[in-house]
Amino acid sequence: MKIALFSTCLNDVMFPQAAQATVRLLERLGHTVAFPREQACCGQMHVNTGYYPEAMPMIRNYVSTFEPVLDGEWDIIVAPSASCTGAIRTQHAMVARTQGDEELATRAERVAAKTVDLPELLIDVLGQADVGAYFPHRVTYHTTCHSLRVTRVGDKPLQLLNHVDGMDFVPLPDADVCCGFGGTFSLKNADVSAAMMSDKMGNIKATGAEILVAGDYSCLMNIAGGLSRTRSGIRAMHLAEVLAGTRDEPWVAPATNTKVGA
Amino acid sequence: MLDKLKELGSSIGLNPADWSEQDIEEQKLGWYPGHPTPDDPLRWGRTFPEGARETLQNTQMRRNLGYATGKIRTKRNTRVEELPDWEELREAGSLIKRNTLAHLPELLETFEQKVTERGGIVHWARDAAEANEIAYSIIAAKGVDEVVKVKSMATQEINLNSYLEERGIEAWETDLAEMIVQLSHDMPSHIVVPAIHRNRSEVKAIFEARMEGRPRFATNEPRELAMAARAHLRKKFLSAKVAISGANLGVAETGTLAVYESEGNGRMCLTLPETLITVMGIEKIVPSYRDIEVFSQLLPRSATGERMNPYTSFWTGVTEGDGPQEFHLILLDNGRTNVMKDEVGREALKCIRCAACMNICPVYRVSGGHAYNSVYPGPIGAILTPQLLNATDRKDPATSLPFASTLCGACYDVCPVKINIPEILVHLRHTITEANRGGLPNAWDVAMKGTSSVMSSGKKMERAGNAMKAGRLAAGRDRKIGHIPLPVAKEWTGTRDVPAPPATSFRTWWNDEHEETK
Repeated sequence: MKIALFSTCLNDVMFPQAAQATVRLLERLGHTVAFPREQACCGQMHVNTGYYPEAMPMIRNYVSTFEPVLDGEWDIIVAPSASCTGAIRTQHAMVARTQGDEELATRAERVAAKTVDLPELLIDVLGQADVGAYFPHRVTYHTTCHSLRVTRVGDKPLQLLNHVDGMDFVPLPDADVCCGFGGTFSLKNADVSAAMMSDKMGNIKATGAEILVAGDYSCLMNIAGGLSRTRSGIRAMHLAEVLAGTRDEPWVAPATNTKVGA
Repeated sequence: MLDKLKELGSSIGLNPADWSEQDIEEQKLGWYPGHPTPDDPLRWGRTFPEGARETLQNTQMRRNLGYATGKIRTKRNTRVEELPDWEELREAGSLIKRNTLAHLPELLETFEQKVTERGGIVHWARDAAEANEIAYSIIAAKGVDEVVKVKSMATQEINLNSYLEERGIEAWETDLAEMIVQLSHDMPSHIVVPAIHRNRSEVKAIFEARMEGRPRFATNEPRELAMAARAHLRKKFLSAKVAISGANLGVAETGTLAVYESEGNGRMCLTLPETLITVMGIEKIVPSYRDIEVFSQLLPRSATGERMNPYTSFWTGVTEGDGPQEFHLILLDNGRTNVMKDEVGREALKCIRCAACMNICPVYRVSGGHAYNSVYPGPIGAILTPQLLNATDRKDPATSLPFASTLCGACYDVCPVKINIPEILVHLRHTITEANRGGLPNAWDVAMKGTSSVMSSGKKMERAGNAMKAGRLAAGRDRKIGHIPLPVAKEWTGTRDVPAPPATSFRTWWNDEHEETK
């Protein structure tokens, strides 16, 4: 398959390892990955903070960058982030319509229909719950809110993790409860956000896991920020980083990245 | 020297002037003082972050909330999962309410006509002041100085008890939890379980200090406390000539009203006194009698996790020789027609006040109801309060409410009438942002405008990615950026480290490693 990668802005400038591991995984499975260069941000932060006009250039840029998918340039678009995928699918057309751009809204709907999160690509599109991954660590998984309740990936990430060789998986208590990030919520309501993050950390520590995994670096940035501040010894990684390596060819993130958490 | 000593004393907490008023009050009372009655029940005066800053310090309350909401959530899930047609029921509930809102004027007129035909007296109140005035004049005409009350959010919303108290009429709350709130001079922190922030020991202390006859309890066993409340209330039920209630729904087709409750106190109030006054929000209408079957399944399961609540009372006007012989219905607008004008926001008026959204909300769970500074807390409060108030000016503390959510979506999934709360929250954030354009921009306006151009261009993102590298200087050898005591940055870094930005952005990595090798 020809797959266009939407790295997401946060992964691009802060956590390239999520996108790098996605590339590695998909190429290892025999697919061709493209990175359309004009891509930038999906606009989620601006929309969710109430700034629709400011989000419009981002929506327009996403649509025009990835529109060739409709002409068969690529088969599908993948984003290693449920919240960005969710924003594209549930907000792009809505905002364009609210701002009176019906033409953009229609185009946005068509491009959004071709945009999937990584677990959706692997399970629904490629039909591959077993990607041959090897990851010999004690792991727990936080089911991010937008993957559960916006993109509705359900148990797809867990299906993928179940097939990972060598992994010691420990379920996370209250895994479906929000970590307190919520984009600009974490700044506008810093005290409440910190209290929620603290509850989340308590549950993570109770599992005894070495590594916290989630499908979204925005949530991981929040939780891992706390894990790091308290010197918990727990690392945070994106689902793609767990799935990227095999027993014969382990995946190690480029040293140019910063390891997260611990 | 003396100043130095005072400073030292303050620094180790020896100076009484530095002790928190809350702590002093708590020591005196034996329980956390809670929130005093505000002038405006929908706008207590503080923003959500300000309110939460205080409530978050109350670790007992956080524990009480965590325990109680967890219990109700589990019960609710059990009772919902056993229904094969729950999703269809939700859809039906949503459509009935949507249909009601689309035809509200006609339905209200039919409702008024039916209630009147059956011997009821209908009053219309544009706002809280009118509703209070109507209720007071009815009570004053009866020459009584005491009334009994069924727990009601509509009367909380208009501050009826305070209004009556100022005019010499005591309104006794007869719902156990509402009574606890009233005796402790507190405000409710939940719309179904108003004293959810209290545990049994606090209730014991409140009863011992404030209940008539100053009872003493050997233990804090709920049964013992409830029996004392029961004895206290029995006297009120038997002596009261006037009762005040809210309504869970009103049927336009027949003029029937309904109250769903658990304790039987509602049934007592609705049947024993000679006069009944019901205050009902105009959005509580359902078109037909058959619609009751949908809400009788949705409401108890969502509110208390029960298949059916213990007491459901229906009444239509006045029945000779049975129950109150005078029935007044006050139909309350108080901002609701304003909410109707907003096509997206009006969905909030579908709410049947089950509180499932607050029981599941992780923000509510840590911050509690009082943080919302309105009688309507939690996710539904965050969309209802600012709309009822028509609050759009950022100086209005109620405009902080739509931002009091992480948009995690849990509220939408449990809502029995499918109110898309996250969507409405974002919509209201947009409304507030737009309403404040044109004035002096704040830090958010500047940041959002400034990043809009960079974040919509691949080339600019590439430059931004390269510029981010400078952030590595701020990180130490451990590649962690710690506390930064600057505006905004401190909000994040006060509790979280930030990893050093990567030496190479993904974009640059792709250019270097990927495309050149192919």
